[in-house]
Amino acid sequence: MRTRKYQDDEFDELLQKRLRSKQERSRNPRIKGGAAKWATSHRTPKSMPAIEIENLTKDYDVGFWRKRKVRALDGLSLTVEPGQIFGFLGANGAGKTTTLKVLMRLIFPTGGVARILGRDIGDVSMHARIGYLPENPYFYDYLTAREFLNYCGELFGLDRVTRERRTEELLTRVNLETKGWDRQLRKFSKGMLQRVGLAQALVNDPEIVFLDEPMSGLDPVGRREVRDLIASLRTQGKTVFMCSHILSDIEVLCDSVAILKHGRLAQAGSLEELRAGEAGIVEVIATGADAETLRQQLGSSAIVTTTASGLRIEVADEREVDAVINALRQAHGKLVSVQPVRQSLEELFLE
Amino acid sequence: MSQLKPNAGTLINNTVSDLGLDSDNSVGLTVRRTVAIARNAFREAVRDRVLYNLVIFALLLIAGAIFLGELSAGQEAKIIVDLGLSAMLLFGVFIAIFVGVGLVYKEIERRTLYTILSKPIGRGQFLLGKYLGLCLTLLVNVLIMGLGVSLALVYVRRGWDPMAIKIWPAIFLIYVELMIITGVALLFSSFSSPALSALLTFFVFIIGHFSADLKALSGTTGSASARWLFRSLYYLLPNLSNYSVITAAAHGVVPDGRSLLVATVYAVVYIMVLLAAATLIFSRRNFK
Repeated sequence: MRTRKYQDDEFDELLQKRLRSKQERSRNPRIKGGAAKWATSHRTPKSMPAIEIENLTKDYDVGFWRKRKVRALDGLSLTVEPGQIFGFLGANGAGKTTTLKVLMRLIFPTGGVARILGRDIGDVSMHARIGYLPENPYFYDYLTAREFLNYCGELFGLDRVTRERRTEELLTRVNLETKGWDRQLRKFSKGMLQRVGLAQALVNDPEIVFLDEPMSGLDPVGRREVRDLIASLRTQGKTVFMCSHILSDIEVLCDSVAILKHGRLAQAGSLEELRAGEAGIVEVIATGADAETLRQQLGSSAIVTTTASGLRIEVADEREVDAVINALRQAHGKLVSVQPVRQSLEELFLE
Repeated sequence: MSQLKPNAGTLINNTVSDLGLDSDNSVGLTVRRTVAIARNAFREAVRDRVLYNLVIFALLLIAGAIFLGELSAGQEAKIIVDLGLSAMLLFGVFIAIFVGVGLVYKEIERRTLYTILSKPIGRGQFLLGKYLGLCLTLLVNVLIMGLGVSLALVYVRRGWDPMAIKIWPAIFLIYVELMIITGVALLFSSFSSPALSALLTFFVFIIGHFSADLKALSGTTGSASARWLFRSLYYLLPNLSNYSVITAAAHGVVPDGRSLLVATVYAVVYIMVLLAAATLIFSRRNFK
């Protein structure tokens, strides 16, 4: 808690400093960049999407002599609102990593545009405000974890004191054992590398974090920790764009989901929206009542089945739940639970 | 819920990100980032034990110095300089070629590049940083070797010898030549495999030393097309004969200021063109 407090104070101080320099800039538009550029592009207005992708297409050339084109992304369009954890789902080869690489300027799209924080992805300075964890990350193996994070901080132009502080903060935050901090990365296990990767993606305190398979290579404990870490990013108000095919993680973490199939967007929306197709079915669990009595009372609107521990009553519409509970009361049964039957993400994914 | 309101946290964080890291591309910041890349490239070379070649160089010099003690007076200084500077050039060229072609290729192959390029680093800036890092490695190498040769001279002459100072302009020219070779290696490796790049760079190094012959050939020999070929090679490839003054240095001849200046300016321009071409190619590459 104390460190948090310290940061807040410091942030205030920095905020004041920045505001002052901003005023100076607007008084003198000739100072680097000019006032107009600042006013329009530097701060993200609330309404502006964090990420906008429009009609993104990417063709790869395959073959040496007779080149064929393979379409990795096919007219992909999506929008990610700020403050969300956005899950980008798809089978292997669906185009998740390709999308991320386009956003990170590692490959160039064949067609379409993409904007991050309202700025074109080609804008180098915008990249100071985002973080990226590649898939199966591999870093300079001759550096220690501490040196590597320090180097990343340098690339963002952070001063030495900030770099040292952020390095220690982040290595603690990703739960990397202290004795590993000054060990060369070549001696790191896959899980440890993944943690270092997460730390480097956060070194600049980014507004948007892009994570490509953040849970891969981690043991169950590690996955749990990373999951908590991502959730904590949301509380800090950051936007997280994560690729994954591990559905349970997406289900627990994400506010919105897009499902990618063969380079096309198959489905997109919040988890609730996506499941809406199946919504309505409600399952009531009860004990102590006679199945036959209930069947007679409820008629054809409910399906009553006997289970090992009692009864399971399924109704097609949540408005009928009241009738079920009344019938149960009359039959002197005991209500155990009422819950909507939701389509799992897996079913959506496989559809 | 969180998707509905970008809460106070977002705003604070937005501003904080603005603060800690200046996102405007001021010159100072660009320089700092490039220097960081260069320092890291230097650190890589050191930790990959590139500088171990100095040990072999030292052994060579010591062996030379001891055996030369047996030889006739007056000759040993000449031979020490010849041996030392030739070895310096040869070792340097090996480092320039073999480390140079791997500078970028290794980063792509090991995917370390992904993390770096996702940060506010331009591709040209990245290349420049890597280039300067290797130049720094070569500089340290050449300085230590130069010092070694000077000391060896003092040793074989059993006392002070002005040659120990007079060889340094030649050492400077060797270093400038190595900088050109590094640039060539970087350019080739921006589009081809390390093995091919190493081979091509080595050819450039060899042919570059026969620049004068190329010019002569372009004036006299054969058909018009052959002359055109020699002439374009002459202008395209670096004229490295400007930098080979080892034999002269062994005889105590110091290159004059003007030729030093010409060689330096030529190298700076040539390297700028090399880096610009490498950036142009590298900026278009897709890293699948």
